[in-house]
Amino acid sequence: MADGAAPFWRMKGVSKRYGGVRALDRVDFECAPGRIHAILGENGAGKSTLIKIIAGVVQRDEGQLELMGQPVGFASPAEATKAGIVCVFQELSLMPDLTVADNICITDPPRRFGLIDYRAQSRRAEELLRRVGCTDVHPMQLVKDMPLSRRQMVEIAKALGRRPKMLILDEATSALTAADVAKVYETLRALRAEGLSILYISHRMHEIAELADDCSVFRNGRHIESFAKGSKTDDQVVELMIGREYKHVFPPKPAAAARPCMLKIDGLNWSDRLHDISLTIDRGEIVGLGGLDGQGQRELLLALFGVMRGVNGTISVNDKPQRIASPRHAKSANVGMALIPEDRKTEGLMLPMSVRDNISMAAISKLSKGLIVDRAAENARIAEMVQKLGIKVGNIDDPVATLSGGNQQKVVIGKWLMTDARIVLLNDPTRGIDVGTKQELYQLLRALADAGTAILFYTTDYDELVGCCDRVAIMYDGRILRELKGTEINEHNIVASSLNLPVELNLQQGGAAA
Amino acid sequence: MRSFRLWVAANNAYFLGVGLCALMFAVYFGAPPVGPLLLALMDGLNAMFPSDIESFVYSPASFTPNVLNTVAVKAVLLALVAMAQTLPVLTRGLDLSVGMMFIMTNCIASVLVIGGPVDVTMGVFIVLFAGAAAGFLNGLIVVFGRLQPIIVTLATGAIYYGIALGIRPIPGGSVDPVLADFITGLLWGKVPTVLVLLLCVVLFIWIPFRRSVIGRGCYATGSAEGAAYLSGVDINSSKLAAYALSGVLCAIAGLVQTFYTYNGEASGPSAGTYTLNSIAAVVIGGTSLFGGFGSAIGSIFGAFSLRTIVDLLFVFNMEALWQQLFNGIILLLAVCLGATRVFRIRNRLELFT
Repeated sequence: MADGAAPFWRMKGVSKRYGGVRALDRVDFECAPGRIHAILGENGAGKSTLIKIIAGVVQRDEGQLELMGQPVGFASPAEATKAGIVCVFQELSLMPDLTVADNICITDPPRRFGLIDYRAQSRRAEELLRRVGCTDVHPMQLVKDMPLSRRQMVEIAKALGRRPKMLILDEATSALTAADVAKVYETLRALRAEGLSILYISHRMHEIAELADDCSVFRNGRHIESFAKGSKTDDQVVELMIGREYKHVFPPKPAAAARPCMLKIDGLNWSDRLHDISLTIDRGEIVGLGGLDGQGQRELLLALFGVMRGVNGTISVNDKPQRIASPRHAKSANVGMALIPEDRKTEGLMLPMSVRDNISMAAISKLSKGLIVDRAAENARIAEMVQKLGIKVGNIDDPVATLSGGNQQKVVIGKWLMTDARIVLLNDPTRGIDVGTKQELYQLLRALADAGTAILFYTTDYDELVGCCDRVAIMYDGRILRELKGTEINEHNIVASSLNLPVELNLQQGGAAA
Repeated sequence: MRSFRLWVAANNAYFLGVGLCALMFAVYFGAPPVGPLLLALMDGLNAMFPSDIESFVYSPASFTPNVLNTVAVKAVLLALVAMAQTLPVLTRGLDLSVGMMFIMTNCIASVLVIGGPVDVTMGVFIVLFAGAAAGFLNGLIVVFGRLQPIIVTLATGAIYYGIALGIRPIPGGSVDPVLADFITGLLWGKVPTVLVLLLCVVLFIWIPFRRSVIGRGCYATGSAEGAAYLSGVDINSSKLAAYALSGVLCAIAGLVQTFYTYNGEASGPSAGTYTLNSIAAVVIGGTSLFGGFGSAIGSIFGAFSLRTIVDLLFVFNMEALWQQLFNGIILLLAVCLGATRVFRIRNRLELFT
């Protein structure tokens, strides 16, 4: 720790094994009150295990935990909460069938005569929501009817309602809009001023730069280094995280050239969420889809992939109009589309099934003779994918759930590459993925494009739009508000367009973040 | 106004059960009260539910309170067992032993609820305790054995039925007649006492449970068990409470059955029918079999709807043989109505959630 403040929380020599894998290896770690402490590391570096041990979700194998100098050990999240340690988990801890107020006051609601006092509970929920700046949520709303970004705000309000002394945020802002993030920052700073110890995990470097006082880097289950923010450059931090030299994240873009059109969307409408969408994607082109979260980007991808009912407008593939009625039709040879979904755990993978079954799932008809799967062809193609994508897997017959998040995402991508898709749609594929895997993914996308694939790439990360895309379409309120190309693609223009502000397209504005 | 809309949205699943129930009763009372029809109704009732109470009920001139009372007792029995089923279902479980707990407590009551006032009171409490213990055992095995509720309660249900048979190899026993006549009689000569009893169960058992932290824990557990654990909800206590309370409700039903028939009978078919009908009532009452959503009050309306089907058959002069067929059709229709939301879904991914 940079300053001499007494540690609020200290752990000494803590290890944790899952089966044969060492998730944490003799970790010493401490954090001080009144500071925001960022935890950095690739996926699989041990960050999740670290906070799960602190929050009582899993138990350590060895080592000591100390809270304000007193040795402690939590058998369950409830015990940790009682001691003042509250965690906002990445996998949301909200009960979808319960109301917002029920969720916020789940374990300790205000009571009258021993029974829950719904009015008081509603008021308390409202007050907490106001404190995190989330005034558009009604306490009586059911959580299952709310979008992800609102749920995350409720989750943060819920954590505050437990009056924490130490607050842990695990990727807690990943689905939030920029305006929400600003409000959350304000709240966190206020809490810091009140003397809370805050642990903050995020994959977004600029969030850490803006928020953190101290940083700790983890790698392969080890605590590598702790340092005060600003004492290292971004590049140095990233080097610590991945343990190798960090060069250019994004592969170079090729020069713009006239290429035949692969996918043409004309006047597409769906329900009241998509209005008059027209967009073309050329062969070998990566088109970015940007804008604030929830402006219809996901719906557009799903509509293209045949998931939505009642889609109007024309979709042409290779100049031939297609009515795409189902994902099965979308992946067929005459369309040749693939969608890398947003939630790999529910929409991308069958977690208990093997890596083999998952990878060959979409292309299984191509690997079969009649009704029988050709095992030799299957093995050959899987080996090719595992090698091409660098999937770290012991045995391809292991359940895919045993892989780390980044490797799981690679399996999803491998599964769709096996179908030899001509059009690849990606729905925020780098969410919650470590820097190293992200970099591999960017290179893969560029390689696919160079081989003639048309790519539509929705991402919530502006840097990716700037670094990766040949053209960027910004969506706002279900419409494509603006298309940026060439040097117009910079952070300033993207942010301004996302907020529906005017942009001087021919002027070079702001510094392009790379 | 927004609060009201949200309340409606949160409770719309129950409206189906309530509506169906209201519709049935409208048809029931709206049908012309022809003498022969009612004679047939009473004959049918006598044939189906032979008991000492017939002579007291038999009054074919019109819809007398007594006719209503017989109908009400039958409906309340199913309603209580359906309420008992609702609790495990809310925690994303299922209890196949509710019918057997009902029969077992009926047999126990036919032994114990007789004698002086002290004996009778003790007997009633022992029966309730037996129900609670049976439900608690279900809960213990489900929670600490980490086993599937369906298979656990299939096994324990057989055990409870075995106990019932051990107590009453052949139908028999007796019950305190004063208490029995009071519970299955009419209050102020008009209102069936069992309906008041059911109202008391709702007011003094269900609503306090629903509004307690542990009751909400059941909803949280059923909705997303992992999230509930991360939130520090006491999952184990919630499930144990749900199963134990389920046993208590079965025991109340068992007592009412004893008061109604004046004896105990270890009837296997009856136990099975009550179990299956309780699941049907829960579904018609709008409770999600996936847990976390619904209410025992909905199940009461579901149970009433199912019971009215039997009586409607008589009103329309049909044979009792058709009952099963109509039960099935109504259940299917109810489930279909509940599934109409599928037509409104524009994003096919939502079909799978």
